[in-house]
Amino acid sequence: MTDATSFPPGTGSGGRPTDPARRPLVVSPHLARRYARERRFRLLGLASVATAGLILLILLGSIVSKGYSAFWQYNVDLTIEFSAEELNPDGGPVDMETLRRANYLALVRDSLKREFPDAAGDRSERRKLYGLVSPNADIVLRSMVLEDPGLIGTTQTVTIKLSDDMDTFAKGYIDRNLPEGDRRVTDLEIGWFDHLNSEGRIHAAFNVDFFTQGDSREPEEAGIYGALIGSILTLMVTLLVSFPIGVMAAVYLEEFAPKNRLTDLIEVNINNLAAVPSIVFGLLGLAVFLNFFGLPRSAPLVGGLVLALMTLPTIIIASRSALKAVPPSIREAALGLGASPLQVVTHHVLPLAMPGILTGTIIGMAQALGETAPLLMIGMVAFIVDIPQSFTDPATVLPVQVYIWADSPERAFVEKTSAAIMVLLGFLVLMNAIAVLLRKRFERRW
Amino acid sequence: MTEPSTPTRDVTVAAKPPGPEQLANRYTKVQSRDVNVYYGEKHALKHVDLDVYENEVTALIGPSGCGKSTFLRCLNRMNDVIDICRVTGRISLDDHDIYDPSLDVVQLRARVGMVFQKPNPFPKSIYDNIAYGPRIHGIAHGKAELDEIVQKSLERAGLWKEVSDRLDQPGTGLSGGQQQRLCIARAIAVNPEVILMDEPCSALDPIATARIEELIDELRENFTIVIVTHSMQQAARVSQRTAFFHLGDLVEVGETEAIFTNPEDSRTQGYITGRFG
Repeated sequence: MTDATSFPPGTGSGGRPTDPARRPLVVSPHLARRYARERRFRLLGLASVATAGLILLILLGSIVSKGYSAFWQYNVDLTIEFSAEELNPDGGPVDMETLRRANYLALVRDSLKREFPDAAGDRSERRKLYGLVSPNADIVLRSMVLEDPGLIGTTQTVTIKLSDDMDTFAKGYIDRNLPEGDRRVTDLEIGWFDHLNSEGRIHAAFNVDFFTQGDSREPEEAGIYGALIGSILTLMVTLLVSFPIGVMAAVYLEEFAPKNRLTDLIEVNINNLAAVPSIVFGLLGLAVFLNFFGLPRSAPLVGGLVLALMTLPTIIIASRSALKAVPPSIREAALGLGASPLQVVTHHVLPLAMPGILTGTIIGMAQALGETAPLLMIGMVAFIVDIPQSFTDPATVLPVQVYIWADSPERAFVEKTSAAIMVLLGFLVLMNAIAVLLRKRFERRW
Repeated sequence: MTEPSTPTRDVTVAAKPPGPEQLANRYTKVQSRDVNVYYGEKHALKHVDLDVYENEVTALIGPSGCGKSTFLRCLNRMNDVIDICRVTGRISLDDHDIYDPSLDVVQLRARVGMVFQKPNPFPKSIYDNIAYGPRIHGIAHGKAELDEIVQKSLERAGLWKEVSDRLDQPGTGLSGGQQQRLCIARAIAVNPEVILMDEPCSALDPIATARIEELIDELRENFTIVIVTHSMQQAARVSQRTAFFHLGDLVEVGETEAIFTNPEDSRTQGYITGRFG
């Protein structure tokens, strides 16, 4: 702290030199306390910022540390015999329909049986053996054969996904030192795994399927692409509905509406709407869009409409403050030149307010992207495997996908949940970054 | 950015007073009779009768809140924008009542332009600033004609030499004085008959002010100008007629020389000698 007595002597208030004898510089006893208060205040502020930062760091840290492993998947190289008896039991010319229906799972099982002949005897052991790899492994083989029927009769090394339990074990989430009864994988499975691993046939690869597939009951097959498309379709509806309505409402209220009781009432109610819990909008959507208008359940169309209701107040409020921020002198200048009120708005006020309006809209959209509760009400919480193709197809959205996965019992969904959260956060950060960029790019030009 | 040439004209010599012949022939461009303005309950302007003559500069002076700006804004109905504002009485332009309900306010403002206290160029290029008025009124046909209007307006506002090489740059990047001349150029681009100026120099330094005053005197040849000013020296320098407002009343109006040398009302005398205001 600066010593109060070190101030240059002889400068009184107003910078006028005063006679030190007449007006001595007193070191007030209050001074030390005032300085201490200021220091305490700054420390408190610093501590608040640090706490907020720490909480954010813990949150992100826990999500990333749990979720990063979902971005790769352990696979095993199996020697698959594409036997003609299995794929084309009738013999004769190869026919696509037969190939499509053939039992590819048997190929995988045969391969595993050849690998571990000891397990072939016992039924439950056999089931465990088959459970080493994903039950959807046949899809890979089928598409291989359909693409190139020449494979029939040959023997190939094929990379096949491990099942979710084995994948989880490979990632080290299951402790092999626990007693056998306390863990998901048995000693036998660990033995098989170690054998394959020692031959170097188990390796990790980037989990492309996580980004290209829809939901699945099998964690190793589950992806977020379906939810992502659902989110995009839903947000498109939200944007198309709420942006024009919100901006028009804001422009009318700000630029044209007379200031009277009615408009005051409308303003108060818009502010109130912004504070309505989102689940209420969901119930409204259920009652109006589904039950009254009979729109399809679980559809992005309805989800988008519900979220549009929720986003409208945000957009209207942001747009109005952006319009308010345009200086009146610009309006006067245009009016003084003989521009009509509509020309004043469309030529001058709206273009100047647009960055602010877009910022508000993006923030509203980001809110809508993260919203779960109202969508639960209109059935977007359903388990949907197919990628939605249109606005009326059943769909789910990213936050609801997070909710569904967090609710699933399989251990492997824990990392999927965190990974989905990371994707969701990534989009939110991206949208907010665009909003910040817009604001910076078009900052006050007058 | 520096203001160019300082004016060579001695501004203290008032613009030449009109001779008796001119006085007899002058044409009343704007006439107001018994104009009252109310802001809600407040009676802001009381029974104002004022004639503005063509090709003259009429200065409105008076202490703050006296109603001179209010009166000015009645002349192109800028008060319409204010919800609680009410105007009674008759104001006519070329003997047509401008508050006639059948009159289109947009066309009125094309004939009665305005320059504001604070320079308020649009945050667009210099060219677009000038071209905006002609564009919305459909004055120019084709790019060449518009270019010509822009150049002519800037020349008349004495700004062409300074900005001719950067018409595509934003008007907000000019200095204060240049911005105000840009606003004047913007106003004259739509070829109005009357230009209203609301304290056009109050945000400018003395050199820029002198430049604008010189410009006002030049513009008088083609336009009728009404200027509100706080500076009595300015009123004396640029105007032919001066009206003194006080507390909503039009106290005295007359030839500028007469008002400043031999005011009839004691309040006018008090104001111009600096006893109040």
